[in-house]
Amino acid sequence: MASSATASEEAVKAAKVLMVGAGGIGCELLKTLALSGFRDIHIIDLDTIEVSNLNRQFLFRKCHVGQSKAHVARDAVLKFRPNINITSYHANVKDAQFNVEFFKQFNVVLNGLDNLDARRHVNRLCLAAEVPLVESGTTGFLGQVTVHVKGKTECYECQPKPVPKSYPVCTITSTPSKFVHCIVWAKDLLFAKLFGDKNQDNDLNVHSSESGSSKSNVFERNKDEDLDQYARRIYDHVFGYNIELALENEETWKNRRRPNPVYIRDALPEEDSRQNGSSHDCSNEQEEPSAMVSLGFRNPQEIWNLADNSRVLLKALRLFFEKREKEIGNLIFDKDDQLAVEFVTAAANIRASSFGIPLHSLFEAKGVAGNIVHAVATTNAIIAGLIVIEAIKVLQGDYKKYRMTYCLEHPSRKMLLMPVEPFEPNKSCYVCSETPLLLDVNTKTTKLREVIDKIIKGKLGMNLPLVMIGHTLVFEDGDGLEEDEAANYALNLEKVLAELPAPVINGTKLTVEDFQQELSCSINIKHREEFDEEKEPDGMVLSGWSAPVEKQVTSNGGASSSGAPDTDGNPEDISTKPGMKRKLDEILDSKENFDASSTSSAQVVDDDDDDDMVMLDEDPKLAKKKRLQ
Amino acid sequence: MGGGGGGVPEELLTAQETALYDRQIRVWGVDAQKRLSKAHVLVCGVNGATIELCKNIVLAGVGSLSLMDDHVVTEDDLNANFLIPPDESIYSGRSRAEVCCESLKDFNPMVRVSVEKGDPSLIDEEFLDKFDIIVLSRTSMKTKLFVNDNCRKSSKHIAFYAIECKGSCGEIFVDLQNHSYVQKHAGEPEPKELTYHSLQEAISVPWKNLPRKTAKLYFAMRVLENYELSQGRSACETSLSDLPAVLALRKNMCDEMSLNESQIPTALLERLVAAGKKEHPPVCAILGGILGQEVIKSISGKGDPIKNFFYFDDTDGKGVMEDIPGPSTN
Repeated sequence: MASSATASEEAVKAAKVLMVGAGGIGCELLKTLALSGFRDIHIIDLDTIEVSNLNRQFLFRKCHVGQSKAHVARDAVLKFRPNINITSYHANVKDAQFNVEFFKQFNVVLNGLDNLDARRHVNRLCLAAEVPLVESGTTGFLGQVTVHVKGKTECYECQPKPVPKSYPVCTITSTPSKFVHCIVWAKDLLFAKLFGDKNQDNDLNVHSSESGSSKSNVFERNKDEDLDQYARRIYDHVFGYNIELALENEETWKNRRRPNPVYIRDALPEEDSRQNGSSHDCSNEQEEPSAMVSLGFRNPQEIWNLADNSRVLLKALRLFFEKREKEIGNLIFDKDDQLAVEFVTAAANIRASSFGIPLHSLFEAKGVAGNIVHAVATTNAIIAGLIVIEAIKVLQGDYKKYRMTYCLEHPSRKMLLMPVEPFEPNKSCYVCSETPLLLDVNTKTTKLREVIDKIIKGKLGMNLPLVMIGHTLVFEDGDGLEEDEAANYALNLEKVLAELPAPVINGTKLTVEDFQQELSCSINIKHREEFDEEKEPDGMVLSGWSAPVEKQVTSNGGASSSGAPDTDGNPEDISTKPGMKRKLDEILDSKENFDASSTSSAQVVDDDDDDDMVMLDEDPKLAKKKRLQ
Repeated sequence: MGGGGGGVPEELLTAQETALYDRQIRVWGVDAQKRLSKAHVLVCGVNGATIELCKNIVLAGVGSLSLMDDHVVTEDDLNANFLIPPDESIYSGRSRAEVCCESLKDFNPMVRVSVEKGDPSLIDEEFLDKFDIIVLSRTSMKTKLFVNDNCRKSSKHIAFYAIECKGSCGEIFVDLQNHSYVQKHAGEPEPKELTYHSLQEAISVPWKNLPRKTAKLYFAMRVLENYELSQGRSACETSLSDLPAVLALRKNMCDEMSLNESQIPTALLERLVAAGKKEHPPVCAILGGILGQEVIKSISGKGDPIKNFFYFDDTDGKGVMEDIPGPSTN
């Protein structure tokens, strides 16, 4: 015992570790690593500190807001462990400086990330550099830690990863049925149209029949048009006229509830006349313009009615033009921009009320619009502790002891922390094995650019891809290209597949590579002309890779009992526990049974299995996989 | 619904609170956040595990936190405690509570953190009434029983917790007396009630009444407690040289209560006595995290609390709840 303690202490002292992420998990992890005797820690984080981090990222203080997380975390930990080496990088882990050579210098890599994209990137670099990876994630009271060692356990991408939910265009533009659809409309269409890049086209109807042919875009403000008049005109167009227009299409509403057009004179009848003239804003001195504050609304948890939402919308629009005119045309929705959140909340609620969808508070709307991850300090602390325990095992190379551990909100078989044996690598994983993928695509109409954006970057997560057909290089990304090469590739991008210098037709095999990630895979092309617009919105279908699971992951609802809005449109939230919810649902199912048989009685349930770990055999998908020996 | 300005001002969170607590309000709600801000917590015994707890509940925004630990800081205290800077000129001659109090204040300016001087073994009912939550660590079993008893005598509903980290193992005990809370079941809130046993009851249940699968740590911790008591040692004051005597005590206790000795593996006892006062920092983080969640659950009245023991051992990686019945249950 004593000798093994010393062995692990020695391994810890000698280790050089890389941490990716200095956020919720990262702060806890850096502290626990330092206390545990680690002496050479490198930490990468791109982010700067925000006020909403301070409730859990305990190495940061209010005075640090705006500064680099990596640097501030380093300085804070050096205060209580001045004699260790911490090297901080305020940078993106996807930067070229963090190449395979860089990764090779570490004994283990520890992830505390909040997005799928970076997780996949680090996974690939760890595979290429043959460095073990300890991966983690949390949401609310749930969390997990997994270990990925090339050739010994599955890699991070061996199992399906939920991808950000996307919605069919027509659901957003014409037939919303959930509040999140209204949020997406308010944020991506209306907000973008009014305040974003004017050259960026979107699916919002901007034409009005009333004003005749002289005017093509109702969003253009007339010369000398009063701001109130303008705001009301926009209001009536998007919530009134556009709905009337949609109602004309009887086919759409055969099996759907018909929406009610909303006009400003109906929403705010009594204020029809006295809204003219200058703003009666009494809070000119406030630092950040806020429609809520100007109107005297104080509680972000309160649900405003239609009239209040209409007031907020008009006020917010007005404040954008009065106080932030310079930014108009360049604005992108940001969850930390109070006025933008107010505008989007109000617009989504007005649309919701038109479609008979329940209204939501600003606080809730902000969560949906900003894809906000629910986060508490306790879960991050627990997960960081578990990461360090796994890291120490990895340093000792004792792979039979590796575990993936789930942190649960409700106990399963008496466990709140449940260790499970890692799985073997998935032999058909396109990342850690060499299985070819299959792409169904219309080779006569699809441009190379679409395949690169939607599939190679979008689905395969490559950063700087290179595309080859046979021995012909048709595209390469990145700096350092010759001018004529770059021009040539740019031309290829706009060509349809069948017309590329080496034509891509049914049966062609593409080779795609990312040198930075040292990832290469083959894609067999299958030509197909028809695609279902609703189910296959990309107009192409990739198979043979870990197909994403979109909705069903949360359908049991058991795992996300935080009472927060459901995780639609919340990519970071879902991606923090790839494949985990599916497993958790299984676990929680058994927990429900367990509860029913022993509700509040004092008996101890004596489950008959031995003292080994939980096996997830009840899940047929997982049972197929072999476990490590 | 209704007008936007219609709320009662005192009951609203301030803009500052809303901004700071945004992410956690999304987990436990505004009501729970308000209750937290009115709760008063006393932590007796400042060490790696309790400092993790303190960090978590100060960040979460409890109303106040009082620390009680008059022991003067020594180098040993630096092991698992990130609140004590390794600079003798700062900590020399000062108590653990004083040094850690200063650092904790910085974590959240909205929480009052203070030092209570004194000895936990003298905590009386009147003093206890100032608090809603009491956490004890590294005090003798005698003191734990005494304070738990006083909590139960108080007319006020005081939640009692004991937490110990020994090397890479840990134990948490919970006594919420009669606890009412809301359980979310399939999205529907459901009122629930739990009745707890006192610490005295929970450690005096005859072992033969317990199921075979009861956590081995439950038994091991009772053996160590008895050993410390019989030798007049203070909490966790053991070393590897105590092992033979501890094994003899194990035999006595197992014989007396008809438990097979293999339920308390020698290797486990060996690790525990060898650890002595040492805490493994990752285990402190895990225990302090679990207990932090328990404190938040008991204050907010939301979610199933632990009843009544929690164990973690890093050799198997399990975090297990044990519901140990009272002696009269059988």
